[in-house]
Amino acid sequence: MKPKRDVGIVGYGAYVPRYRIKASEIARVWGGAEEGMPIEEKAVPGLDEDTITMSVEAARNAMARAQINAQVLRAVWVGSESHPYAVKPSSTVVAEALGASGATLAADWQFACKAGTEAMQAAIALVGSEMADYALAIGMDTAQGRPHDALEYTAGAGGAAYVMGPAENALAVLEGSYSYVTDTPDFFRRTHQYYPEHGNRFTGEPAYFAHTLQATRNFMERMNFTPRDFQWAIFHQPNAKFPLQASAQLGFTRDQIVPGLLVNRIGNTYAGASLIGMTNVLDNAKPGDRILLVSFGSGAGSDVFSYVVTDKIVERRDLAKRTAWYLARRELIDYALYARFRNKLVMN
Amino acid sequence: MAENLAPNWRLREQRYQLVGNVCLKCGAKHFPPRQVCTECRGAEFEPFPFSGNGELYSFTTLRQAPSGFEDFAPYAVGMIKLDEGPLVEAMLTDVNQDDLEIGMRMEMVTRKIRAEGERGLLIYGYKFRPSGD
Ligand SMILES: [Zn+2]
Repeated sequence: MKPKRDVGIVGYGAYVPRYRIKASEIARVWGGAEEGMPIEEKAVPGLDEDTITMSVEAARNAMARAQINAQVLRAVWVGSESHPYAVKPSSTVVAEALGASGATLAADWQFACKAGTEAMQAAIALVGSEMADYALAIGMDTAQGRPHDALEYTAGAGGAAYVMGPAENALAVLEGSYSYVTDTPDFFRRTHQYYPEHGNRFTGEPAYFAHTLQATRNFMERMNFTPRDFQWAIFHQPNAKFPLQASAQLGFTRDQIVPGLLVNRIGNTYAGASLIGMTNVLDNAKPGDRILLVSFGSGAGSDVFSYVVTDKIVERRDLAKRTAWYLARRELIDYALYARFRNKLVMN
Repeated sequence: MAENLAPNWRLREQRYQLVGNVCLKCGAKHFPPRQVCTECRGAEFEPFPFSGNGELYSFTTLRQAPSGFEDFAPYAVGMIKLDEGPLVEAMLTDVNQDDLEIGMRMEMVTRKIRAEGERGLLIYGYKFRPSGD
C-alpha cells in the first residue's frame, strides 16, 4: 500500500519502565529449569504506571523530536491490549497531557501485539489522504501473564510513539506498507478475564511464522526488494527465538536484526514490541539506511513497512531521551516485589 | 454514582501539563495558578505551561500514607524548585530514597496518582523523578 501524498516518521519516542525481573527469578519461584529461558529479563511497570502514563512519556519524546505544536495533531491513537479502562479511552488522556485535545481524533486500538502498527497504518492513511498533516500512533503495553504460565516469563512492559506527517518534514520516509490477516485463534482474552489464554505450540507455526513470513514475502515481492536492500530489519519479538528464526528463513543476517531485537532485555512488550525495536534502530541509523518493520498480532496478522532514513535524523534524534537511556536505567526486583507491583498479592 | 468527577476534571491542565499562570503586571510565574499575585497583588493573568524541569529543594519519606495513597507507601515527597521560579510539592517516583540529594536535577512525569476505589476514576497527574542530567 502507498499513500497518495508521501508520508514519513516526523518524530518518534520510546518508553520502558525502570524495573526488571530476571527469567531465572521467575523459574526459581515455580521450579522451572534455569536453562533454555525464552529471554534473560523483562521490564516491569512501577505501581504508578500503566499504558496511559507510559504512552504519555513516549509521546512527549516523539513530539520533542517532531518539533511541532501539539495543536496540529489531528489524531491520537493508542494501540494496546492493556488499556486501564474497559470503557473510557486512553487516547483522550494522552491527548490532554500533550496539549493536543480539542480538534483531534482520538481512539484506542486493539489487535493483540499488532495494535500499534495498525494505528501506524491508519495514521499513514490519514496524512497520505491529506485529511490531516500530523497524526500520532502509539503501541504500548503492560502485559500480564498468569503466574506459573509460560507467558509469565516474557510478558513485559514498554512501547513507542510515532508522529506521522508529510515526507518533507520526515526523519524516515515511508516507501510502502502491507497487511495480512486471517482468523487464527492462537491467543485471546475474553471480556472480564484478567489473564489471556493461548494455544502453546499453536502460537508458533500457524500463527507467528505463517503470518510474519507470508506478509513479509508478499511485501518484498510487490516492492521488488530482497533482504540485501535493507540495512536493518525489525520483527515482532514474543521471545528471542521466533524473530531470529523467522528472519533467517527470510534470508536476513543476524547483524541486520540485532539492533532492533530488545526482547532479551525488556521482554515481549506486545503492541510496543516491534515499534520500540524500531526506535532503537532509528537512534543509531544513518541517513539513507532502509529499514524493514514487521509486526505480528495474535488473532492473527502482520503489518509490514519499509522506511528510508533522511538527513533530518541527525539533528533531531537527540532532542529526546534515546531508547538506550531507558534500557540502561534498570532496577532489578525479586518475585515478591514483582507480585506487589503487578497486583498479584491477595491482602489477607 | 461515580464521585469527584467535576473537581478532578477542572484540574486536568494543571495536573497533566503543569499549567500555572503568569502575572501580566509584574511577570511573576505561579504554580498552582493564583487569583492574586503574591509579588504585586495584581489580578490579571495568562496561563503559563511550565517546562517541568527543576531541582530538588527538600524531601521526606511518607511511611503512613494518607487515605487513597496506602498502596504506594512508603514513598518520597519533595519540594521542587522549578527553573521558572516557583516551588512545587509533589510525589517523587522512579528513585530509591537513598539516591535522593538536595539540588539534584528533576523532571516532571505524568503518573497515576491514585484510584478512586475499585470502581472509580483513575487520577493522573504530575510527579517528579531525577532527570539523570
Ligand atoms: Zn504580579
